[in-house]
Amino acid sequence: MGFDNHLPTRRELLVGSGALFAWSQMPRIARAEGRDPRLLVVILRGALDGLGAVAPVGDPDWISLRGDRALMLDGKPPALPLDSFFALNPAMPNLHRLYKSGKAAIVHAAATPYRERSHFDGQDVLESGFTRPGATGSGWLNRALLAMESGGRVDPRGSRALGIGSVTPLVVRGAAPVMTWVPQRILPASEDTQNRLLDLYQHTDPKLATVLQARMKLASLGGARGSGDPMPDDPTLMPPGNARVRAFFAEAAGTAARYLAKPDGPRVGAMGFVGWDTHIAEGAASGQLYNLLGALDGAFAAIESNMSEVWHETVVAVVTEFGRTARINGTQGTDHGTGTVAFLIGGGLTGGRVIADWPGLKPAQLFEDRDLKPTTDLRAVLKGLLRDHLRVDEKSLAETVFPGSADVKPMGGLVG
Amino acid sequence: MQARENWAFAMSNSAKADSVLALHRFGMGPRPGSIAALGTDPRGALIAELDRPLTLTAAASLPPSAKAYRTVADANARRAARAKQAQQQARKQQVAAAPVMSEDQTQGQGQNKDAVEMAAKQAAEAVPDPGRPIYLQEAKLRTEAALAADIGFAERLVWFWSNHFCISANKIQSMSGAYEREAVRANTLGRFVDLLLAVEGHPAMLFYLDNLESMGANSTAGLNRSRGLNENIAREIMELHTLGVRTGYTQDDVIGFANVLTGWTLLPPGDNPEHGGEFVFNPRLHEPGGQTVLGKRYEQEDVEQGRAVLRDLAAHPATAIHIATKLARHFVADEPPPALVEQMAKAFRDTEGDLKQVAIAMVSSDDAWRGPPSKLKRPSEWGVGMVRATGITSVDPERFTGGQALLGEALWRPSAPKGYPDDEASWIDGVGRRLDIANNFAERITGIADPHAIIEDVFASEIAPEVKQAVGRAESRQQALALLFMSADFQRR
Repeated sequence: MGFDNHLPTRRELLVGSGALFAWSQMPRIARAEGRDPRLLVVILRGALDGLGAVAPVGDPDWISLRGDRALMLDGKPPALPLDSFFALNPAMPNLHRLYKSGKAAIVHAAATPYRERSHFDGQDVLESGFTRPGATGSGWLNRALLAMESGGRVDPRGSRALGIGSVTPLVVRGAAPVMTWVPQRILPASEDTQNRLLDLYQHTDPKLATVLQARMKLASLGGARGSGDPMPDDPTLMPPGNARVRAFFAEAAGTAARYLAKPDGPRVGAMGFVGWDTHIAEGAASGQLYNLLGALDGAFAAIESNMSEVWHETVVAVVTEFGRTARINGTQGTDHGTGTVAFLIGGGLTGGRVIADWPGLKPAQLFEDRDLKPTTDLRAVLKGLLRDHLRVDEKSLAETVFPGSADVKPMGGLVG
Repeated sequence: MQARENWAFAMSNSAKADSVLALHRFGMGPRPGSIAALGTDPRGALIAELDRPLTLTAAASLPPSAKAYRTVADANARRAARAKQAQQQARKQQVAAAPVMSEDQTQGQGQNKDAVEMAAKQAAEAVPDPGRPIYLQEAKLRTEAALAADIGFAERLVWFWSNHFCISANKIQSMSGAYEREAVRANTLGRFVDLLLAVEGHPAMLFYLDNLESMGANSTAGLNRSRGLNENIAREIMELHTLGVRTGYTQDDVIGFANVLTGWTLLPPGDNPEHGGEFVFNPRLHEPGGQTVLGKRYEQEDVEQGRAVLRDLAAHPATAIHIATKLARHFVADEPPPALVEQMAKAFRDTEGDLKQVAIAMVSSDDAWRGPPSKLKRPSEWGVGMVRATGITSVDPERFTGGQALLGEALWRPSAPKGYPDDEASWIDGVGRRLDIANNFAERITGIADPHAIIEDVFASEIAPEVKQAVGRAESRQQALALLFMSADFQRR
């Protein structure tokens, strides 16, 4: 006998790693202006190859750098032109459409301040918002939420749990209450049992009490599962094939959007997708990376469609811990690198452009003669979004959200 | 049973409290009879458990990793062959049925293509995948070993090292259980250097961290082909397995070490029905000549070069600190007492990495016992602890691994080579979900488990009065069990 009565379904297992973490806290200043902005942060864990996603086809050194692995406008399949210099991975027609209609922007040759190549330290810097790893136990998104409240306090009654995840990502950890959502399949314990347990925790373990209380508030928000995305149950726990990855990305992102779109739902959320560590047979034009980017593209479509009427107030920021080597490695993949891309999509965006101070691809122009050199600080992008979309003040951004970043000016003109 | 209960009752309260703490903090949790098994000297009992053999006798029926790998590879080959055959047949039938193209031929072709693919898919699925049953059998054995252990200290160490040197069944399912038995379990109470050599030389690890096709630029294979080096395993060995991150190694060290490890691969299963899937050093892939790693020159030929680097990494002072810190964090506290870490690191250095002595140093230190039970059990520990408390000793692995996966700790499937985290902040938000699982499990065992008996016999009444009260006032036996399993006494250690 085990301790679980039901087989977990594919959905439960996969969505577990992409749980949505969100708050219903509404940015007060933005609300005073008659706006009701939504922000979703998507973290691609494992380090996305920016050059495999958005290729500098106009760079004279591009073909010699990647050889027959280089995405090209006349490749098979052909890369999708963005401007006279950059082209998008052919797996991403939705993103291309959004870009063409001004609802997506791409930041290239971007990086956090982290310059080593450990995934875990890199993610720590990306999510903590500090300049070095291991500096804090809280994330920038959580601290941004605190900063949005006058006096730096969040009223816990104002936030509602969306459910329970497994491992909470650092970007949302911190003093503002964190609530998580993953689909629920096994029958939940009765309200009475939950109340009794809460009472027990309140007498014996305040930390556990806080967590349980947050989860119980979920019930009051009600199910946000709409009629879309029907997925048959599948009891196998086999490694996901491409169709499953696509379905999972679309469902996880689509559900996040459905929650964020609700009038009484959360306004800020974060989720993560794993699988981007393409050391072997990267397959940018067909294969691993192509499939992952295709799944991500499907997630974008799901977000757009489920945001429906509030799409114009939506911004989604898609970021990764660092990039990969500019050259292909010995096993047709890429190793850990530095500069990479960030995708920004949403109806609230002033897009239709690739934002890049292009560093070039000649050996001397690469970072340490191996990685795309970062020329844009990712914090400038995130600070720009937080300032102009959520109205987090610049002082907080420089001091508490991204400490020590006074020199990194928020990038203007991304939304509006 | 009667005698044992009387005897346990006669024990002083503080000895009982120590025993319960020992079982939670260092073992797999209390089970019927375990407090008696600890006697009056919990520390001595923990140490004594390390002298018992750690082998899984029941594993004799399970295939070694290479055999498991061959079995899955064979099935995959058969599957591909069937699919191809079915595809060809379907095409032939279509040509015979529709010799003349219709007007809407594009659409017609699309349908034909779908039908061909469907036929191929069905034919492939007719060959069952042997990887999953192997995984489940391995899961059953390791879980039941944890349920059967009197204390479970040694099993906890196996789990710790398996997570420290994790691989992922998402990438290499066939070998995941056998890897743990062959490389980890066999060396858990031996020397760290032997454990390190066993895991890094195991085909499952070489597969997981992408070393199979890594080749030196000047190797025979590298000169003939346009392929080359893969840095992944070299970096993760230094960052995660030995020295720890930010301990001074450089990108050049990573590349040097990656060159050293070229040629560490496995025998392809296709051409070798006897030994396919086993470790092999392939000199054709190996970068010739000496390499520099951490300032030291390694001039050895072939596989000995990599072994020499691994031996030095195992003996590096940073490794002793890294391992001692991680062990203390896992067992004792998220922020372990520095004195405890130093005692364990010293034991590691003094004994040249004798892992049994490091474990003994931990439980012999007062610093390991003093702190409050602040650790939140990981889902796997909590799940096993719950089942142990009921006295159940056999599991349905499908259910058990499913429960673990629901709680975010799928067995042998961490999402990254760092393994599952060990701190409260990572797991505490999942506690609510544990309630549903506890509630569910409680429902299924109400016929055989009595919450009051668990409190009295299994916990020797060493449980918070509030929990006893909540259990006593519960509206049903199911609710009482769920509250008991969810209590801080059950979750914390």
